[in-house]
Amino acid sequence: MAKKPQFMHFLGCIIPHRYPSIESAVKLVFEDLGMELLDMEGASCCPAPGVFGSFDRVTWASVSARNLTIAEAAGVPITTGCNGCFASLWDANYELKHDKELRKSVNENLAEIGREFKGTIEVTHYVDALYSTAGLEKIKKHVVRPLKGVRMALHPGCHWMRPKAIKKKDDSENPHIFRELCEVSGAEYVPYRDELICCGAGGAVRTADVKVALEFTKQKFESILEAGGADIIVTPCPFCELQLDLGQVEIQKHFGDEFNFDIMHVVELLALAFGHEPEEFGLDTHLQYAMRKNQPNWERLGIKTEG
Amino acid sequence: MLDYSGQVSVVTLTSTEEKPAVLISEPDTEFIELIKRTGGPNIQSCYQCGTCSGSCPAGARTNYLVRGIIRKALLGLKEEVISAPELWYCTTCYTCTDRCPQDVKPTDVIKAIRNIAVQEGYMLPPHQKVAQKVLETGHAVPLDKESWQKLREKVGLEPVPPNASRYPEAIEEIMKISKKSGFDKLVEEKEE
Repeated sequence: MAKKPQFMHFLGCIIPHRYPSIESAVKLVFEDLGMELLDMEGASCCPAPGVFGSFDRVTWASVSARNLTIAEAAGVPITTGCNGCFASLWDANYELKHDKELRKSVNENLAEIGREFKGTIEVTHYVDALYSTAGLEKIKKHVVRPLKGVRMALHPGCHWMRPKAIKKKDDSENPHIFRELCEVSGAEYVPYRDELICCGAGGAVRTADVKVALEFTKQKFESILEAGGADIIVTPCPFCELQLDLGQVEIQKHFGDEFNFDIMHVVELLALAFGHEPEEFGLDTHLQYAMRKNQPNWERLGIKTEG
Repeated sequence: MLDYSGQVSVVTLTSTEEKPAVLISEPDTEFIELIKRTGGPNIQSCYQCGTCSGSCPAGARTNYLVRGIIRKALLGLKEEVISAPELWYCTTCYTCTDRCPQDVKPTDVIKAIRNIAVQEGYMLPPHQKVAQKVLETGHAVPLDKESWQKLREKVGLEPVPPNASRYPEAIEEIMKISKKSGFDKLVEEKEE
């Protein structure tokens, strides 16, 4: 039998510290698909590309490269469930392989801690591991609870597929990979005008001016309603998930508009479709439910749970 | 609107009646070279078509204007460019980069200009705090409350994940990198 595909699991900050249901869900889904996630001990913040990358490129690349060296030592590719972490690690890996001067500066910094960037591993996103390593055919076989009748809007986010000329993942003006992956769940894809605009959180904007960040989010929500509405919004990124999920509470506070979407990371969506119960990974622990003291709309999701 | 002092003002005036026009007399040509070296090598390919600003979701709701910033930079208006807080409204979505017909990579140019602004002491107070969190905890969003550990346990995970939250030596390593690169000084709280 072929060896199980292995990945060094880069957690980042938001998944393990704010949305741990994603961490639980990915473990269930990857195990079901026969893919192994290895702990990446002592990995730090990626560090946030739009934040740290905006402050000091060399320090950003050095901290990111430190994370890369952990996977290089194991000789195993990285996978991460965050568009931001993916951008930081993938971009740093790419830039350090192509920019000799940057690589020299970074390796001088890393020499301080006895490390060296070698450029020997690849960085992937959960979406890559699912779509390219496992494959849609295999994933389809695991769907035992198709989410029939659930209206699903998508928020692919930015940094997995952009900038398209160097990432070469998908056509960022007309992407299909994330949609195909989500549609395997059996939910009904709802296209809307502003599907491809940013959630508003990135680039240190949420930190700088949360109201402006929320205006992006609100525009997306309104665009979904114009398209006939959706029950869930699915994203491959926990920072987008936070912005779309907790953002509903914040939008209500700042602008008075009430929206009620259940937000899911693609691995949470697949965990449900694979027949896992929501309490196995804690779907109801998303921050909007804690703040609003409510629960996911189980009836709308077609999932009845006790109590 | 954003303000480097940490104050929030509501004024966004652009007309010369309200704010005098900038005199373009002593361009800082070194500024262009600095941007090119700092991560925006293609800035001089810009022919001002405006595709970037036309595609920009931040520009649609704020006074952030990518095309204007790039033009100002090319005119050598360094201080004007790095002191304008709207520089920090770019969410780095890369839509402009994907559409730019001249491969200027406007997002990279903006990030390079931000690097120069930070180097010259223009950093928003909340950004300084985030940078300090990374140096202190290893994470921009740290596991800083017991309730976050409880949340992890509730979803069936160990209370502390196997990242820098569990390994203090990782934080030490990041501190050493920042000391070497001078980043620790850059994000220190400035005495008023």
